[in-house]
Amino acid sequence: MTIHSSSNHPRVKLKHLDHLWFQVTGTLCNLACTHCFNSSGPGVRTFDFLSRETIALELQQAVRLGVREVFFTGGEPFLHKELIEILALSLQQAPTTVLTNGTLINDRLAQQLAEIEKTSRYSLEIRISLDGYTAEMNDRLRGPGVFDKVLEATARLARRGLLPLVTVVRTWPESEELRIIAGFMNALQQSGYNRPRIKILPSLPLGRELTRIENGHHEILLTEEMLRGFDRDLLMCSNSRIVTSHGIWVCPLLVEEPDARLGTSTKDMQPDYELRHRACHTCYQYGTFCQNVSASVEGMPNIE
Amino acid sequence: MRTRLALLGGTYSNWRALQATLSDIQARSVDSIYCLGDFGAFGPYPDRIFPLLQEAGVQCIQGNYDNSLAGGLEDCQCGYTDPRDNHFAKISYRYTNENTSPQYKSWMGTLPHQLCLEIDGHRLLLCHGSPRKMNEFVWNTTSPDQFLGHLLEEAAADIVCATHTGIKWHRQITSRQHWINVGVLGRPENDGATNVWYTLLQISGAEVTVEFVPVIYDHRALAEDMRKERLPQEFIETILTGWWTTCLEILPHKERANGKF
Repeated sequence: MTIHSSSNHPRVKLKHLDHLWFQVTGTLCNLACTHCFNSSGPGVRTFDFLSRETIALELQQAVRLGVREVFFTGGEPFLHKELIEILALSLQQAPTTVLTNGTLINDRLAQQLAEIEKTSRYSLEIRISLDGYTAEMNDRLRGPGVFDKVLEATARLARRGLLPLVTVVRTWPESEELRIIAGFMNALQQSGYNRPRIKILPSLPLGRELTRIENGHHEILLTEEMLRGFDRDLLMCSNSRIVTSHGIWVCPLLVEEPDARLGTSTKDMQPDYELRHRACHTCYQYGTFCQNVSASVEGMPNIE
Repeated sequence: MRTRLALLGGTYSNWRALQATLSDIQARSVDSIYCLGDFGAFGPYPDRIFPLLQEAGVQCIQGNYDNSLAGGLEDCQCGYTDPRDNHFAKISYRYTNENTSPQYKSWMGTLPHQLCLEIDGHRLLLCHGSPRKMNEFVWNTTSPDQFLGHLLEEAAADIVCATHTGIKWHRQITSRQHWINVGVLGRPENDGATNVWYTLLQISGAEVTVEFVPVIYDHRALAEDMRKERLPQEFIETILTGWWTTCLEILPHKERANGKF
């Protein structure tokens, strides 16, 4: 927990609900990755599943508010038995992204995903996490056998015309970036994903990852001074909210922080939020990394 | 009364495509010509664009590339995170920056960020990326109706015309509301054809007509220019084949899947 009471922390308003997130399977996951930012895992029920009905209602509300994109995360979203129906429902209203570990995507699911993508006028993005380009590198963080399963899943999707966005948490110095990305490209291509799309994410000082990296790191929190001249639109809290089984939270990174709960549904999207967590600093530092690259709004001042 | 506008997207230094476009427009009895910014990047001899625009009386607004060049910034503000895309973006920006005369850089700095017009009761807004942000990518398959409606209402516009993404599209959202991406003249739109596109917008009373016009130009001569200027082979390949080879990370899934790389 990194709550601080200093009044110097900046407050950010929700400017417009560009992105609505659903923690569709709560914190339940079939893996227990050592760097998970919301400590999801097998049997972890800190947050529970969302029903299709709840999602439909929240979506309806979000569409009225002009929502731009919808994201499904967890836990592992494919543990939800109705996920395909939920994604199809969402795609009728908005471009939709699902963030998955990929291990549950078998031929049947890959086929269903290809079908709902084909019939939608909006893009479906399947974001699959991978943390190494060899089994040894990846499975150390994500568990034994995961690397092979993920590569099989990306190939299954690619065979059906889907190009999953493979997300990789940066755990190497910048000087090694090109070599490491080439390693990922090769591994994915060799397994049958010919046109790999890769997105590098910063590591998040949250959840299990916080415990992992805690030693040697001191706290960095945001201040008003740091945000002077900074484009606040780059912060997720200015454009996103997440629906969980326990209500609506300010952003997907802060679901373990009780003060980041805003109310029971999208109707309770509080106008502003005080940025007093380390994750807020990560968001400030790296910008719009939670979004798909294609949706990013970066760098420039607003047009007045 | 009928009003007809020619709307040009980013020229990316493709002076040969701009020349072909302007002569095509001459034959079409157009009332005004607008260019929505990003004059440089990607192509050869950036200074050749500006006299063409000025001679044809094209009214221009500023794009992110122009904003960067005029302001002496270090990059084009496209916001790439992929190291390969960044590598090529840097080459392109450095070349354009070094080969654009100071007088044109200053001129770009004087351009408006957007223009508002009123034609037959339709409120038009011309911008580069979106009404709220110059470098916002607004793609067809990641922009649902309710979101476009929100942008239009926030900008108090009935019709928004933008460019920036490199791929043209048009959607009518309600009986009055339109979002038009006018395409670009700078490079082909990742469909395996070598032509580029501009847009004719005709307003006659309540009626709004959008026509995308293909421009076939001497793309082989442009490739030759690019070779002479030692621009990357990857850029030349795009001009010759119609497939994007760089800056691919910005594409949403559907637009990416439609391409070759």
